[in-house]
Amino acid sequence: MEKFTKLTGVAAPMPLINIDTDMIIPKLFLKTIKRSGLGKNLFDEMRYDAEGNEIPDFVLNKPAYRNAQILIAGDNFGCGSSREHAPWALLDFGIRVVIATSFADIFFNNCFKNGILPIVLPQEDVDKLMDDASRGANAVVTVDLENQVITGPDGGEISFEVDAFKKHCLLNGLDDIGLTLQKADKIAAFEKEHGAKMPWV
Amino acid sequence: MTAKTLYDKIWDDHLISTDEDGSSLIYIDRHLVHEVTSPQAFEGLRNAGRKVHAPDKTIAVPDHNVPTTLDRLNGVENEESRIQLEALDKNARDFGVHYYPVDDVRQGVVHIVGPEQGWTLPGMTVVCGDSHTATHGAFGALAHGIGTSEVEHVLATQTLIQAKSKNMKVEVTGTLPEGVTAKDITMHIIGLTGTAGGTGYVIEYCGDAIRSLSMEGRMTVCNMAIEGGARAGLIAPDETTFEYVKGRPHAPKGADWDKAMAYWKTLYSDDDAHFDKVLTIKAEDIAPSVTWGTSPEDVLPITATVPAPEDFEGGKVDAVARSLEYMGLKPGMKLTDIEIDTVFIGSCTNGRIEDLRAVAEVVKGKKIKEGMRAMVVPGSGLVRAQAEEEGIAQILQDAGFEWRLAGCSMCLAMNPDQLQPGERCAATSNRNFEGRQGRGGRTHLVSPAMAAAAALTGHLADVRDL
Ligand code: SF4
Repeated sequence: MEKFTKLTGVAAPMPLINIDTDMIIPKLFLKTIKRSGLGKNLFDEMRYDAEGNEIPDFVLNKPAYRNAQILIAGDNFGCGSSREHAPWALLDFGIRVVIATSFADIFFNNCFKNGILPIVLPQEDVDKLMDDASRGANAVVTVDLENQVITGPDGGEISFEVDAFKKHCLLNGLDDIGLTLQKADKIAAFEKEHGAKMPWV
Repeated sequence: MTAKTLYDKIWDDHLISTDEDGSSLIYIDRHLVHEVTSPQAFEGLRNAGRKVHAPDKTIAVPDHNVPTTLDRLNGVENEESRIQLEALDKNARDFGVHYYPVDDVRQGVVHIVGPEQGWTLPGMTVVCGDSHTATHGAFGALAHGIGTSEVEHVLATQTLIQAKSKNMKVEVTGTLPEGVTAKDITMHIIGLTGTAGGTGYVIEYCGDAIRSLSMEGRMTVCNMAIEGGARAGLIAPDETTFEYVKGRPHAPKGADWDKAMAYWKTLYSDDDAHFDKVLTIKAEDIAPSVTWGTSPEDVLPITATVPAPEDFEGGKVDAVARSLEYMGLKPGMKLTDIEIDTVFIGSCTNGRIEDLRAVAEVVKGKKIKEGMRAMVVPGSGLVRAQAEEEGIAQILQDAGFEWRLAGCSMCLAMNPDQLQPGERCAATSNRNFEGRQGRGGRTHLVSPAMAAAAALTGHLADVRDL
């Protein structure tokens, strides 16, 4: 996994609530057996018309936001399915940070496994960033994970919370499986005890 | 000893370790795998030279991509689907996990197959790379959906890194009115809590109305816990549960059964256990329900009218305007005036035998509306076989339904079963998102009985009026 430390980039506004995983990456594109290459189909049904032409009004099709690395969105971002294709598509497009008032649980977890930082902020902070983001390519925002601070285009700072373990993994680009396998002895001991207690499992 | 909820008990019995920062490692008893969210995980194992840690606790079944027409054994036409199905086949065989291939009568939607085969048992931890893993909570198992990275993690270690969720209790008191089903309960709850109401929680469903449900009904309720945002849904096991489990191929037998029963009977929330959030609902207040919008929280009783954006607040105002436009509906219109051209019966929400019986009861001796495309997709090959044996398949076919093979089918339309733009479907599945059943398709979520009513009348209809 790629490390995430600090990022300065354009923020794109998506002032919609309940942006679900079917919107982020429609099922048509779940048929891949790879993790890469999904960026071109990110938000496919909102981004292209039935003939496959770009819909000019859609935010990521506007010249100012074509290289956005940060998304600002409404409540309950990423609700719906567990498909990790959603963060894969975001990542492949170049999005490394999603900021919203709330996220769906599985999506939130999936982001961290892929070097994407999802940030939960109160409504007023999201409103402020949404406003900043609507200023187009001038809306450059800096997200500093180490210090847990977002700096807006006007220099204003917003601090954010992040789970300590997830932060540690993201800052160092750590792979969970490697970390867990360091506990192999503990797992083996648990497995033995559990199996004795519940032989039917 | 402090009082514990059912969730606390299962959690504690699977906790391997907790780090200072609060992240825990929990042991996983059952890992269900399907073709869409697993190829990248198996590829990861291969690249790292790792094995599946516990192949005997890992169960693979193809469901999302499989065609449901009788000719499917001749091959899958869509190349990408075929590659994905072949990848699962290869991975299941190479890594030696339990496997129900397409031509096995036990194949079906993973969340139907698990319980049916007795893989899902009370008090277990169950995961699958699929959000509707919540279904298995009906057995009093802690079951949740995970992403593909976590699938790989579980394959490699049989554990999952988790933070503990909060406890929420949803109590449904009283007796369900005539015509109201488990599906209406679960949709009604989401209508009240919203799709984010359960975020951060594990929900335990309890109360007389829940207790009186069959296992099939309980699975329907827990299945949609995820639509309410919860990490998992749970129902404490009782005689109904034990009765269902007993004799299943992978259920414990003999002395193990007795030992298991002794343990399972300890699986309930203690009287004074603490819940962080409590919601109490009267069963009498629940009506046959339908969704009118593009979020599962857009639920109303069938007797209501389509709402207007101004009826809502905040971000929901724009969201409703957008969904009414997408759905092609006008505020104030009666829900029963909404014309339907497609009916889909199936999915892990409502693809079990009881659901097919409910449809048969409504359509027996009748014909579906002319021009209606109506499809029944049993949740598994065994459900299909049982329905044929009970004569239900014949009733459904006589009424004009297509009788399909098992799979996810039009629940998410990854296989050829899809809506065309503008088509409108009454579906027994669980998601009415934009494009869920096909680009531009419009979905109204309903119970099986209500789907049957729509099939007969050609519009959304109150099954109590038939
Ligand atoms: S039936 Fe639908 S909800 Fe259930 S597993 Fe299949 S696609 Fe998912």
